[in-house]
Amino acid sequence: MKKTLYELRSENIRKTYIFLIVFSLILFGVGYFLVYFFEWGLTGFVLLGIFIIIYNIVVYNNSDKIALLSVGAVPADPERFYLLHNVVEEVAIAAGIPKPKVYVMNEPQPNAFATGRNPENASICVTTGLLSMMNREELQGVIAHEMSHIRNYDILLMTVVGIVAGLIIILRDLILRGMWLGGGRRRERDRGAGSIVLLIGIILAILSPILVALIRAAISRQREFLADATGAYIVRDPYGLASALKKIASYQKPMKKASEATAHLFISNPFPGRSYFSTHPPVEERIKRLLSITI
Amino acid sequence: MVGWIILGAIIIIALWFIGTYNMFITLRNRVKNAWAQIDVQLKRRYDLIPNLVETVKGYAKHERELFEKVTELRSRAMSAKSIKDVGEANNQLTQTLKTLFAVAENYPELKANESFLKLQEELTNTENKIAFARQFYNDIVMRFNMAQQKIPAAFVAKMMGLTPEEYYPVPEEERGAVRVEF
Repeated sequence: MKKTLYELRSENIRKTYIFLIVFSLILFGVGYFLVYFFEWGLTGFVLLGIFIIIYNIVVYNNSDKIALLSVGAVPADPERFYLLHNVVEEVAIAAGIPKPKVYVMNEPQPNAFATGRNPENASICVTTGLLSMMNREELQGVIAHEMSHIRNYDILLMTVVGIVAGLIIILRDLILRGMWLGGGRRRERDRGAGSIVLLIGIILAILSPILVALIRAAISRQREFLADATGAYIVRDPYGLASALKKIASYQKPMKKASEATAHLFISNPFPGRSYFSTHPPVEERIKRLLSITI
Repeated sequence: MVGWIILGAIIIIALWFIGTYNMFITLRNRVKNAWAQIDVQLKRRYDLIPNLVETVKGYAKHERELFEKVTELRSRAMSAKSIKDVGEANNQLTQTLKTLFAVAENYPELKANESFLKLQEELTNTENKIAFARQFYNDIVMRFNMAQQKIPAAFVAKMMGLTPEEYYPVPEEERGAVRVEF
């Protein structure tokens, strides 16, 4: 069934709200158990309610900033990255939306993602690896793919879902990464504090598969096929993106800074080979479909 | 009773009229806006060309004919009035610039020149913007023109004295499918 741009948009906005409600209910369920268990009484419930409301508001309004921050993205300098800025400007004209903010992340793996609430508050982020590997046509194809995510409000759903549920995952990663990296040296000095943090980390680690399942349920893989096709249509050229995807697929090393909370945002799976988190359809299939398009 | 039905009919027709009128106004403004997008890029391109010619001249002295053609086409495009003429002159200019950049491939020193590379990228940038803005413009013009022809909105268009807008001409070689090397 064919959907219009308008239908896609309203569907994404609706799904985002449904997700926020479902997630709030889950949070409330967990909180209810805690309040009941520790006998915090009415005050506990009131505080729990306030916490959930504030959590939703803060995360909804800042999810794009959190996503960019969590992968270590920085605004792209217009002097140094003028080619990137030029391409983004061009594709924005083709898509008929304002030019999104442009970010770069220092990472050898070629990849890119878009984030934001709506086309007026959107950002596109690419890795330095992408910039060094792609020619102009290929870069244009990748940016067009991201631009279609922006135009049909995929970015709202993908970012909010990823960050609202994923904040807990990001927290887990920070704690566990900190443990493995700095653990060896500090073990002797503050064993007490470390074990509490580790305990929290383990609890979060147990909780996170549920959250990942939730993210996966909300974001279908069809979305990527659609963005490929729309992107090719925007710039009237499927070959640039197809060629870019081929290059991306040939790079096998995983990305350092991405996590399960942000993985589905990227144009291609940041963890090649790890299939348990298959938010992305196989690249070969995507290329095949792209090349079968007649424009 | 009959009076109420007539009144209702009048109100419905009036509302429809207002809605259609506003739709035409919106579309007309969008056409203007889309044209402004192209115009901005065309102007930027006219500004870049003299710099390009100056830079290339220093290295490729034997291509005088080409420089003259670029300069002539530029002034023709700048003085053209109708959208069709502006478009056609610019499409020719695009072709000639492509030739110029192809010729530049023969001059290794030119290709190593920082400001030439920068100019080349800037011109590619404007070229692409023009092409994309043209797509956008022609889509809007098509909607505007079609809305004027469809009954019953056509009556409103006639009362408003609207005429179909001109399409921006699409260069011959781009009408077929574009194939990038893969």
